[in-house]
Amino acid sequence: MTTPAPITTQFDLAEKFPGTVSADARPGYAGWIVAPEKLTEVAIFIRDELGYDLLSSVTGVDYLAEGLMEIVYHVYKTSGGPALVFKAQLPRLDPVKVASLTPVWLGAELQEREIWDLYGIHFENHPDLRRILMWEGFDGHPMRKDWKEAFYDDEVKPFKSRWPEGKHAFAEDRSPFGDNVSFEAGFDPEKWTATDPEEALYATLKKYKTVVKDGIATDHILVNMGPQHPSTHGVFRAVVMLDGENVVSLKPVMGYLHRNHEKIGERNTFLQNMPYTDRLDYFNSMSNNWPYAMAVEKMMGIQVTERAEYIRVIMAELSRIQNHMILIGMLMNDLGAYFTPALYAFEERELILDIFEAASGSRMMCNYHRFGGVVRDVPAEALQKLKDLVFERLPGKIDEFDRLLSENEIFVSRLKGIGYLSPEDAIRTSMTGPMLRASGIPYDIRRADPYSVYDRFDFNVAVRYNGDLYDRYLIRIDEMRESIKILEQALRQMPEGPVMSVKPTYQVKVPAGEAYGRIESPKGELGFYVVSNGKPNPYRYHVRAPSFINLTSLEMTCVNEKIADFVAILGAVDIVLGELDR
Amino acid sequence: MDTYGKGIFKGLMVTAKHFFDSYLDDIKWWGKRYYTPEGLAHRSSKDAKGIFTVQYPEEKVPVPEEFRYIPFLVYDESETGEKTIRCTSCGICAKACPPQCIWIVRGSDPNTGRPVPQPAEFTIDADICMNCGFCAEYCPFDAIKMDHDYEIASYGRNLLNKEALMKPAKYYAEIRPLNNAREEAARAEKAATKAAKA
Amino acid sequence: MTPNELNSPGYDIPDDMKNVVAITTLDKIYNFGRRSSVWPLMFGLACCAIEMIAAQASRYDLARFGMEVMRPSPRQSDLMLVAGTVTKKMLPAIVRLYNQMPEPKYVIAMGACASGGGPFKEGYNVVAGIDKYLPVDVYIPGCPPTPQALVYGLIKLQEKIDGQSLKQVRWYQKGADSVEVPIPMLGPDLIDPRRIPEIKTKAAELAAAATIPNAE
Ligand code: SF4
Ligand code: SF4
Ligand code: SF4
Repeated sequence: MTTPAPITTQFDLAEKFPGTVSADARPGYAGWIVAPEKLTEVAIFIRDELGYDLLSSVTGVDYLAEGLMEIVYHVYKTSGGPALVFKAQLPRLDPVKVASLTPVWLGAELQEREIWDLYGIHFENHPDLRRILMWEGFDGHPMRKDWKEAFYDDEVKPFKSRWPEGKHAFAEDRSPFGDNVSFEAGFDPEKWTATDPEEALYATLKKYKTVVKDGIATDHILVNMGPQHPSTHGVFRAVVMLDGENVVSLKPVMGYLHRNHEKIGERNTFLQNMPYTDRLDYFNSMSNNWPYAMAVEKMMGIQVTERAEYIRVIMAELSRIQNHMILIGMLMNDLGAYFTPALYAFEERELILDIFEAASGSRMMCNYHRFGGVVRDVPAEALQKLKDLVFERLPGKIDEFDRLLSENEIFVSRLKGIGYLSPEDAIRTSMTGPMLRASGIPYDIRRADPYSVYDRFDFNVAVRYNGDLYDRYLIRIDEMRESIKILEQALRQMPEGPVMSVKPTYQVKVPAGEAYGRIESPKGELGFYVVSNGKPNPYRYHVRAPSFINLTSLEMTCVNEKIADFVAILGAVDIVLGELDR
Repeated sequence: MDTYGKGIFKGLMVTAKHFFDSYLDDIKWWGKRYYTPEGLAHRSSKDAKGIFTVQYPEEKVPVPEEFRYIPFLVYDESETGEKTIRCTSCGICAKACPPQCIWIVRGSDPNTGRPVPQPAEFTIDADICMNCGFCAEYCPFDAIKMDHDYEIASYGRNLLNKEALMKPAKYYAEIRPLNNAREEAARAEKAATKAAKA
Repeated sequence: MTPNELNSPGYDIPDDMKNVVAITTLDKIYNFGRRSSVWPLMFGLACCAIEMIAAQASRYDLARFGMEVMRPSPRQSDLMLVAGTVTKKMLPAIVRLYNQMPEPKYVIAMGACASGGGPFKEGYNVVAGIDKYLPVDVYIPGCPPTPQALVYGLIKLQEKIDGQSLKQVRWYQKGADSVEVPIPMLGPDLIDPRRIPEIKTKAAELAAAATIPNAE
C-alpha cells in the first residue's frame, strides 16, 4: 500500500523570504504561511522559479476564535509530484482584504469569487468580483462561522432535539418566519424595492456598440441560456453576447443548485458527510466518496486493507466508464443525434449500476466507502457479473461506440477544430482531467501523484494534442479503454481478505489538523480539503470540484465560435450541477 | 479523405445490427423473453441484446438483498400475536442519521416515570431521509432496517410515525435472508455466551 | 393499453364484437386520452433528474405510457416533474415555468428534496418542498426514487387523472382558467409575495423585542 506522499515542500521558502514566509507550525498542519502583502510576489516565485504551474484549489477558512480568516492555496506541478501548500492569514476585521492571485493563475478567478460570496473576503484587483453562488443582494456571507441559517438547530450534529426527548417538530414551526427564510429585525418587504440582480452581470459582458456593417446598423444581442434549457445539463445558465451567430463574450452563471454542501458539511460529523458526497457528482458517487475518505484517513492515520483498495479502484474505474459513456451519449444529444447513442449508453450504465446496487444498496447514491475500507464486500454474484461485464461485454461495447461515432463525417465536422484550448491556457485556467489531457498535457493524478494501488497497474495516460472538441471526445474513448485495462488487472490481482481495517463505528476520532485528499475523478481533480479541530465534526470541509473549476476556460473556448457550438463545448466540459454548485 | 459518408455508413451498421438483434433475440427466446424470470435475467446479463426494456409494472427488476429505500422498525411477533418492537430507544440511529430526520421520544414507565427501553414515539420524516442506511448499519439491536418496498408514491407528504414504520421480523427475513441469518446466528451466539457465563 | 379498459362495465357486447366496439362514457374517453399522453416538461434540477432520464431511457422506457415526449418548453407540457432540490435562486424560474404551462397541468414532487426539503433541508439556499409554492399531485419519496418508483408514481398520477370528471375539473369552470402563482422575489432572502404582511409584522415584532433592554 502506498500512502499518498505527505504534503511537503522540497524548497525552503522561509529561507528564501525571511520575515515574509514561515512554516505552518500548528500541529497537524503543513505548508507555508505567507504575509498577505507579499502574496503576489511569493506566488510568482512559486510559479516561475519553483515550477508549480497548476493552481488546484483555493479556499477560505474562518478561524473565528483566533480572529483570523485564512486562504489556503494548493499548487501542483503538471509534471507530477506532491502539492505545495501556502496560506495567507488575514485579520478578521471588516472588510477582510487580500490581493487576488488571478493575475498569477487565472484558475483562481471563479474560486476567489466563491470565497468572496461565502466568506466575504475581498480580493483586490480581481477582474470580476461578484457573488457567484448566491444572488446579488443576499444578506450575509453564509460560510462565516457566526452566520446562522434560518433552520438553524444546533451548532453541530447530532442535534440534541432528536433524542431522548425527540418530539417531532417541523423546522418550519421553529423558525420565526415560518419558513426557511430569515430577515433582519424591522425589515419591511413593502418598502424594499427589487434592484435588478442581473445588472452587474450584464455590465461585465462586453458592452455592445452599434456598428455599421455593409451599410446596416448592427447591434450585438444578449441571449440567456438557462437556467431552464435543454442543453445546459441541469440548471446551469450562460449569458452570451452575440454578434450575429458568433459569440462575442460569455459569462457562466451558477448557483441554481447551490445546496449549501459545505455549510451542512461542517455541522455534520465526519461520517455523516459520506452520503452527502454521493450527491456532488451524482453520476459517480462511487468515486466521490473516495477522496473524502482519503483525506480523513490521512488525518486519522489509518490504512485501508488491500482488498478494499482494489474494490475502490474497481468501482471508481467502472464509474468512469459509465460516466464517459453517458457523456458521449449526451454530447450527441446536444449535437442533434437525438437519443440513439444516449440510449445505447444507458444500457451499459444500467448494467453497471446493477453491480453498484448489489454491492452498496443503491444505484446512484452508493455511500460505499468508510474510513478504513468499504462498507461490505462485493457479493459473489455481483462480482461474477462484474467480471463478465469487464472481460466479455464492455470492451466490445466501447469499440461499438467508436464505430458508431468516431468517423461519422457530420459529427467530425461539428467537432474538429471547435473550441480550441491551448496547453498554456489549459494550465493557466486550472483545467484538470480530460479537458487538460485533450490539450496535450499528460497530467493524470493516478500517475502524477499515485494514490491507492494505482502504481501497480500498467496503463497509459490518455493524451491528445489538438485541444479541440474532437479530441475531447476521443480522449474519453481512450480513457474507457485504459479503464478496462486497469479493471482487468485489478480483478486478476484482487486479494482475499477483510474490507475494513478498523472496527466500524459512527463516531470516529480525528486528531486536529488538515488534510487534502484528491483523486482523478472522471471529470478531473476531485479534492476534499478537511480541517479537524479534534471534535467529532470537521471544522472546515471544502470540495474542490472539477466541474466548477473547469468552467474557468469556458469563455475562452467559446469566443468567436458559433452559438450552436457553445452547446457542444459546454457538453464536452462534462459538468454536473450537483458538483458545480455544491 | 476517402469517400464521404463511409463513417456514417459504418455507424449505421451498428444501429442496423441493434435493430435486427431486437428481432433475432425475440425469435430466439420465442415467448420466453418477456414476463418470465429467465427472460428478465437474460435482459440484464452480459449477453443482453435487442430489446432492453423491462415491462414495469407487469415485471419488475428484482432488487438485490442490500437494496435500501426507506427504513422500517422490526418487531417480533409471539405465537399469541403480541408484538414486541426490537428498538430499545438507545438513540444511536438518531445520532448517526446524517440529515437528522429521526426523532425518538424515550419511553417511560407510567407508574415510576423511569425510562424504559421502548420508544414512546418514533418518527422518521421520509421527506428528509436520504436512504443512506446508516441507521440500519449502526443500530446495535437489529431493530431498524432498510426496506425494499419502493412503490410508496402517494398523494400526500410522508411523515412516518411508529405505527407506520413497524413491520414484522418475518418480513425482514423475507427481504434480506442472508443478513437475517447472519444476525440471528450472532444473536444466538451472544445469548449462548451469556448463558454460559451465568 | 387494450381498448377493453375503456369499456364501462354493465354493457353486454356480443363476443364477435369484442375488441371492436367499446361502450363508454365521455369522461372515460377524455381521461384515457389524457392519461395516455402526459407530456412531461424536460426539466431536471438535481440528482433525481438523472433517475428521471434513466426512466426515460432504454430500460424503463416511459414511451410505454405515452410519456416519452419530453418537452423543453412549458407551453407544450402537461406535467412538471420536479426532480431534485429546489433552491431559492431557482425558485422564481420554476414558478414562472409553472405559470406558463397550459391547463390541465400536474405537478409531481419526485424525491425527498422536492417533497419536503430532503437531506439539504437545513441549507440556507434550499426551499423545503415545492408544495409551499405549487399544488403537488403526487409525492414520490426516496432519495433518489428508483426509476421503477418513479414509474409507479406516474401510474398513481394516471389513476388520479382517471378519477377526474369533465364536469368538475377546474379548467372548464367559469372564471380564471389557470392558476397563477405569484412569483417569489430574491431580496435579502426569498420573499413570497403572498406572505408579505406576515413577514412585515414578524420583522417589526423582532425589532420591537430587540429595542427592549434585557429582553433576553
Ligand atoms: S432503532 Fe436501534 S439504534 Fe435506533 S433507537 Fe432503536 S435500538 Fe437504538
Ligand atoms: S436511512 Fe439515513 S437518512 Fe434515512 S433515517 Fe436512516 S440514517 Fe437517517
Ligand atoms: S431527493 Fe436525494 S437524490 Fe433527489 S435531488 Fe434530493 S438529494 Fe438528490
